[in-house]
Amino acid sequence: MSDWKNDVEIMVHEGKISVPYSWTVGSTLSRFYCELRDNGKIWANRCPKCGTTFVPPKIKCINCYEEPHDWVELPGTGTVETYTVVRYEEPSMHPRKAPFVYGVIKMDGADTGMVHFIDEVAPEDVKVGMRVEAVLEDEREGNILDIKHFRPIG
Amino acid sequence: MEKVAIIGVGFTKYAQNSPLTFAEMVFEATTKALEDAGITRDEVDNVVSVSSDFWDGRTISSMAISDASGAFGKDITTVEGDGTFGALYGMMRILSGAFGVSIVCAHHKGTESNMNGITNCAFDPLVERKLGLDAVSSAALQARRYMSKYGLLEEQFALVSVKNHGNAKRNPIALLPMDITVDDVMNSRKVADPLKVLDCSPVTDGACTLILAAERQAKKLTTNKKRVWMKGVGHCADAFRPGDRDLADTRALKAAAKRAYDMAGISDPLNEIDFAEVYDAFSYMEPLWLEGLGICDDGKGCEYLERGWFDAGGRFPVNVSGGRLSGHPVQSAGLYAMAEAVLQLRGEAGERQLDGAETALVHGVNGMCGQSHCVWVLGK
Repeated sequence: MSDWKNDVEIMVHEGKISVPYSWTVGSTLSRFYCELRDNGKIWANRCPKCGTTFVPPKIKCINCYEEPHDWVELPGTGTVETYTVVRYEEPSMHPRKAPFVYGVIKMDGADTGMVHFIDEVAPEDVKVGMRVEAVLEDEREGNILDIKHFRPIG
Repeated sequence: MEKVAIIGVGFTKYAQNSPLTFAEMVFEATTKALEDAGITRDEVDNVVSVSSDFWDGRTISSMAISDASGAFGKDITTVEGDGTFGALYGMMRILSGAFGVSIVCAHHKGTESNMNGITNCAFDPLVERKLGLDAVSSAALQARRYMSKYGLLEEQFALVSVKNHGNAKRNPIALLPMDITVDDVMNSRKVADPLKVLDCSPVTDGACTLILAAERQAKKLTTNKKRVWMKGVGHCADAFRPGDRDLADTRALKAAAKRAYDMAGISDPLNEIDFAEVYDAFSYMEPLWLEGLGICDDGKGCEYLERGWFDAGGRFPVNVSGGRLSGHPVQSAGLYAMAEAVLQLRGEAGERQLDGAETALVHGVNGMCGQSHCVWVLGK
């Protein structure tokens, strides 16, 4: 029937897709990143209807679909809600070398969590509930990596 | 409302580095599904394909499989997500009255690219993508949150891997049939704490096709034995950004399940449904989603797992196929789960056949950490 399929040498062609993009950041996140870059401040926005405060800020409240027009400055501190120690290497994708720690930081003054790195602490010493603060880069470019990482307070 | 039946299923064996192109995989799955239904391509008038352009490395990837899916000369449309959502779209097209017998096909050839790189691109390029987050590291954040919220242990999650890899021994298409212990899982290579390699599903290649038909056509084309009815379906999405959700809260799944149960007339899923195929891309997800599906209370999934409820011979068998942990072709995973339920309901599940399988629960996920869920109730 199709016996020839058993004998054929199956070839594999290597390839790579590399396409540049220029992603528009939009007014809401642009304000967030400008504040971070220029003033070293972390700002959130709050839904006027349900009061939920989002960081990073959102263009719409996920609950009410209202525009969260009220902007609030956050102290930059928070609590580790969850974390993971990443053990595998993805050099083209990870800004730092494994092992490193990601956490979801429940930010003081906000109702949502920020995903970011936790550092200046041994990975095995990171705990849920740990109090942390944002450490900013000295040279900031206006993106999420302007926050270097979060570190334990005290 | 008119009823819609699944009248045929076909799929490729789970593989890694399959010698087939993804179009060849779709051709094999669709040919088998048409044979299973006992119909030809001429009796089908439309195709819903499920694929992901990033995984395929092609834009409009559905066009690349249109010939293979039998769509030449017919209407073809596409869902980018899990196969369970493609099946929902297929059913809706039939119920609209505009379409007749429908092919729903899904393909995924994960081993052709880099899983971490592709799933990293699911995140917002303006925020989390820059941090390097991907499917595995975000799942690890969810697993830890689930553990700390309810006081659960990694050893309890490991039991899911032990159970599902053991079940896979009775599934001829499974990629990873294994006799393993909790210690084997605990001692396997750490990937992203608390997840070890044996907590994670393998990168897998596979295509799966279902043939759907409205009641009148289903009865004309097939015997009673072949028909499995789509009795209920529900879907629901949660917030996109992982930090905007409590990762251990299953509110979207609860809403999806309620819609599916209401449509199927089910008020007590644990006692009215006989078995389930639940999305277990990572071990911890099985108990978490069983809670969201209302099979047990929040935080209790692991306790019932330990009691053996979800074993093949237990009170409520879950992932008798071996689950996604034993083969996880991402976009097609949900269709494979539906095909498995169809085989069980028809009594064609071979060595893993469950006694008295009358009503099945099938669950599919789209998005990171279970952002969006599709829940099916299938029955004889």
